[in-house]
Amino acid sequence: MSVISQGFQGRGRRDDRLPPGQYETHDFPVLSAGPTPYISVDEWQFTIDTEDGARHTWSWQDLMALPKSTPHVDIHCVTRWSKFDTDWEGVSLDVLLEDVESAAEYALVSSYGGYTTNLPLEDLLDGKAWIAYAFDGRPLAPEHGGPARLLVPHLYFWKSAKWVRGIRLLDQDEPGFWETAGYHNYGDPWHEQRYWGD
Amino acid sequence: MAPAALLQRLTWLPAVIAEARAETPQARTLVLDVPGWPGHRAGQHVDVRLTAGDGYQAVRSYSLASAPGEQPAITVARVADGEVSPYLVDVARPGDRVEIRGPVGGYFVWEPAMPYRPVLLVGGGSGVVPLRSILRHHRQSADPTPMRLVYSVRAPELVIYREELQAEHLVYTRTTPPGWPRPAGHIDQGLLREVAWPPVDSPLAYVCGPTAFVEHLSGALLDLGYRAGDIRTERYG
Repeated sequence: MSVISQGFQGRGRRDDRLPPGQYETHDFPVLSAGPTPYISVDEWQFTIDTEDGARHTWSWQDLMALPKSTPHVDIHCVTRWSKFDTDWEGVSLDVLLEDVESAAEYALVSSYGGYTTNLPLEDLLDGKAWIAYAFDGRPLAPEHGGPARLLVPHLYFWKSAKWVRGIRLLDQDEPGFWETAGYHNYGDPWHEQRYWGD
Repeated sequence: MAPAALLQRLTWLPAVIAEARAETPQARTLVLDVPGWPGHRAGQHVDVRLTAGDGYQAVRSYSLASAPGEQPAITVARVADGEVSPYLVDVARPGDRVEIRGPVGGYFVWEPAMPYRPVLLVGGGSGVVPLRSILRHHRQSADPTPMRLVYSVRAPELVIYREELQAEHLVYTRTTPPGWPRPAGHIDQGLLREVAWPPVDSPLAYVCGPTAFVEHLSGALLDLGYRAGDIRTERYG
């Protein structure tokens, strides 16, 4: 039995591109738990640590020297906005992980400023994830995660960690910042996995 | 750490609008009767679901405006061209029904705790809503923590919770009341130095408002010497 809100008509009707419970926005809202860190590209570096303790490090110059991709994707925030047709520029995680020896199944992503988020390693592979450094043809703004953020558009956008600084590959899953605070461990927008138990 | 309430699956609860109070020409507070409401912490939010006669549903998140122990209440500001807010501000009446799910959020919350760290609340526009919950909680629990609100608002007629916030620091950005000592303008470094707890007291800051406001204010607090980890932010729009 559903609860009808008397006099409510609503405007949108289902759009196939919109996951359940989302609405389309043309803005680019910002969501983060603390102040925006400002990291210069000179001090920026990105590391991947494997479950065996091996560390791979990239400077900004190293990143720029890698083959770039230009993903054109829809993004979905757990706060219910979705934004269609966003254009990014970045390096595929396939490229970064190419020479990394690992049998790990999980990844814990960390950011400048202390944020963390977790996901299965396979969600970072096969053209599904990038380290993005430009949006709409311009360098990524600090409030949107610049100089570089993770981009994993098939999951809710909190998984796309801003100000990304590293990824630890793990044998055991380790929940991140929002995942320990009641948000879903995986976060698939098409299954509306917003909170624990969804 | 996550509150115990979040360890359980969040389910939709039927809610009846018990009371609707106009705060300003653009914002309205709705007090909800929610049988089975588990209670909330100051600063948390809820999802509100509306269902049309044909089954169409729309959901939005709103900060809770009431203090823990009170009935859940939300304050909604009308968003031009919005789908849900015009209904909640202009159409819904006491007795109408919605569904809510929550409370949600374990980070932008405040609870009385030892040791007492002074708290600075900084709100812009309807960003004052979760801060009002924190302020009410603080007053009702007679907690000795020093707490202070700086509330930035465009014009006098747009001040929400007017009666309750009279003693707080209001900053008008476009129009001031007649005879107001400070000209209209944004919160600046000088004003913060006057009203913000000094960094030496290890203050906690809660900043909520539109993105540009939060970016500006959290940056200004960092410049003042606040630690990044002691500034909690919530942005909308």
